[in-house]
Amino acid sequence: MELHERPRANGCGGARGALRNGFVRGPPGTQINHIVHNGGLYKRPFNEAFEETPMLVAVLTYVGYGVLTLFGYLRDFMRQWKIEKCQNATEREEQKDFVPLYQDFENFYNRNLYMRIRDSWNRPICSVPGAKVDMMERVSHDYNWTFTYTGRVIKDIINMGSYNYLGFAQKTGACQEAAAKVLSQYGAGVCSTRQEMGNLDKHEELEKLVARFLGVESAMAYGMGFATNSMNIPALVGKGCLILSDELNHASLVLGARLSGATIRIFKHNNMQSLEKLLKDAIVHGQPRTRRPWKKILILYLYLDEAHSIGALGPSGRGVVDYFGLDPEDVDVMMGTFTKSFGAAGGYIGGKKELIDYLRTYSHSAAYATSMSPPVVEQIITSVKCIMGEDGTTIGRARVQQLAENTRYFRRRLKEMGFIIYGNEDSPVVPLMLYMPAKIGAFGREMLKRNIGVVVVGFPATPIIESRARFCLSAAHTKEMLDTALKEINEVGDLLQLKYSRRRLVPLLDRPFDETTYEETED
Amino acid sequence: MDVKNTPSYLYWLFCQFELITCSYLMEPWEKVLFYSFNLAMLGLLLYTTYICLAFHASSLKINPLKYKNTMSPFSLTPYSLLFTFHTLPV
Ligand SMILES: Cc1ncc(COP(=O)(O)O)c(C=O)c1O
Repeated sequence: MELHERPRANGCGGARGALRNGFVRGPPGTQINHIVHNGGLYKRPFNEAFEETPMLVAVLTYVGYGVLTLFGYLRDFMRQWKIEKCQNATEREEQKDFVPLYQDFENFYNRNLYMRIRDSWNRPICSVPGAKVDMMERVSHDYNWTFTYTGRVIKDIINMGSYNYLGFAQKTGACQEAAAKVLSQYGAGVCSTRQEMGNLDKHEELEKLVARFLGVESAMAYGMGFATNSMNIPALVGKGCLILSDELNHASLVLGARLSGATIRIFKHNNMQSLEKLLKDAIVHGQPRTRRPWKKILILYLYLDEAHSIGALGPSGRGVVDYFGLDPEDVDVMMGTFTKSFGAAGGYIGGKKELIDYLRTYSHSAAYATSMSPPVVEQIITSVKCIMGEDGTTIGRARVQQLAENTRYFRRRLKEMGFIIYGNEDSPVVPLMLYMPAKIGAFGREMLKRNIGVVVVGFPATPIIESRARFCLSAAHTKEMLDTALKEINEVGDLLQLKYSRRRLVPLLDRPFDETTYEETED
Repeated sequence: MDVKNTPSYLYWLFCQFELITCSYLMEPWEKVLFYSFNLAMLGLLLYTTYICLAFHASSLKINPLKYKNTMSPFSLTPYSLLFTFHTLPV
C-alpha cells in the first residue's frame, strides 16, 4: 500500500492480468497488488474513447478511393501519351534508365488525389492568429495546380485551427508590450550560438523560469521545438542503445531516433503491456547480432514530449504531469515547445542538472544553432509568468480554466450533435471524423464559406480511411464564437452527412492488443 | 432535412452521391465520363432486367396453354390458376 501513496510516473511494472494503462477502477488505494502499475497511477479517471468506424462508412470510403484511383490511372495514362498537359514533376529524359523518382504511391497520391483538394491547405493568413483571423482570398484556374491571389482579404474568420491554446498569440497586451520593449533594447537577431557570443541574460532568465515552472532542477531552451527533439535524442543515445518509441510519436521524435543510430522498437500507442513485453524481450535478447547488453535504453515515454499539453492541461497549466497529479522528478526528460500555448517559438528540455549540463555541451542545437531571438524570449517569459500568476494578476489562471471550460463545452456539444469525436475529453484538440476523401475538401470549403477556418487532415498524416477535421480550442474563444462555430458545423454536418455516431464507445485501452508484434527494426 | 419528396431533397441526394463517389472532386470532363459510364451501366441493367422479365412472363403465359392436359388444379401460382379455370371445363 505504501507505494500507492506517491504515484510514480515510470511505474510500468505490474502483474499479469493487472489493470491496463489508465484504466482506473475505483480509488488507487483499494487495489490488492503491491507493485505499482499504471492502473493505480493516475489520480483522475482517464476518459478516452474511440468510436468504431461504422462498417458502411468504411466501405463507402474505400469506394471513393477506388473511383479516385481509377481516374488517377486514367489521368496518368493521358499524361504519358501527351493527351493532357503534364504539370507535375517527371523523370528527366536523360535519366530514363535511372531508378525512378516519381513512381511510388505517395507521388501517385499527391498528383491524383491530394491535388484535387489542395486548396484546403496552406491558405495564407494576414493577421495575428488569435481567436479571429484574416485570410487572403485565392483562386485556382487550373484545378489547384497553381493559385492566384485576388487581392481581397476575407476578414474575421473564426480561427479553429491555431494551437493558440491560452490565447497568447496577441498583438496587444502585456506580452506584446514587454516584447516590444526588449526588441528596442536588444534588437531581433543574436547572430551567434549559445556557446559563443549568443548567451544573453534573457536566456538565462528564461531557463531558470522554465525550470521553476516545470518543477525540475534545470532546463534548457532552444530556438525550435522540432530541432529540440531531433537534435537532442542523438546526443542522449547512440549506436548500441535501444529506443522504445510509441507508434504515434511526432515526426521530430522519429527523426531524432533514426538520426541517433540506435535500435528502435515500436510499441502500441499508450499501451503499457506492449511496452513491457518489448522491454523484456529486448533485455533478454540483448543487442542484435552481438547479443551484448544494451548500453542505454531510452523509452520515449520517460522522455515526455509536452508540445501540446504544456500550458493547456492541468489545473495550473503545467501539462500532463500536472493533469495526472504526478511528480515531475519522475520523468527523466521533460520536453516541450513554446510554440503552442505560449504563442512564441522554440522548445525546452528540463530534467536533472547533470542531464542539462551534458546537453549544454554536447547537443547540436546548443553548439551550432543561433540562439533564440530576445523578443521571443521575452514573450515566453511574460506568458509563463502570467500562467504562474507571478505578474500579480489571475489572468493566466483564468485562461487555463477558460480553456478547460471551452474544451468540455465544445466536445459535449459536438457529441450531442452525433459526430464521431476522438480523444480524451479534456484535450483541447478535437478531431472530428470525416472519413471520405471528398468530404475533406468539401468540409474545408464549406466552413470557409461560412467564415470559419478549420484544419482538415488526410492521408499521410492519418491512416487512409481516418481523415478528419481538427479543431483547436483556445481560451480566446468566447462562448458566442463557439456557438456560431457549432451552429455552422451542425449545418455542414447535415449537408455532408457527417453525423456517423451510433454511440458505441470502445475504451481506448481495451482495444485488442496483438501479442505477436515484436518488430525487428535494425539499422 | 424535412424536405423529402421535393426537388431540393433530390438535389441533396445527388450531392451525397457525388460526395461518396468523389465525383464532387472531378473536373467537368471527368464528371461527364463518370456519369455517362454510370448511366450506361444503369441502362444496361434496366435493359437486361426488362428482357429477363419479359422472357419469364411469357414463359408463364405459354406453359399452361401448351401443356393443358398435364395441368392439375393444384398448380402453383395464381397465374396458372387463372389459366386452369379457363382451360378445364371444355
Ligand atoms: C509532439 C510535438 N513535438 C514537437 C513539435 C515541434 O515543435 P515546433 O513546432 O515548436 O517546432 C510539435 C509541433 O508540431 C509536436 O506536436
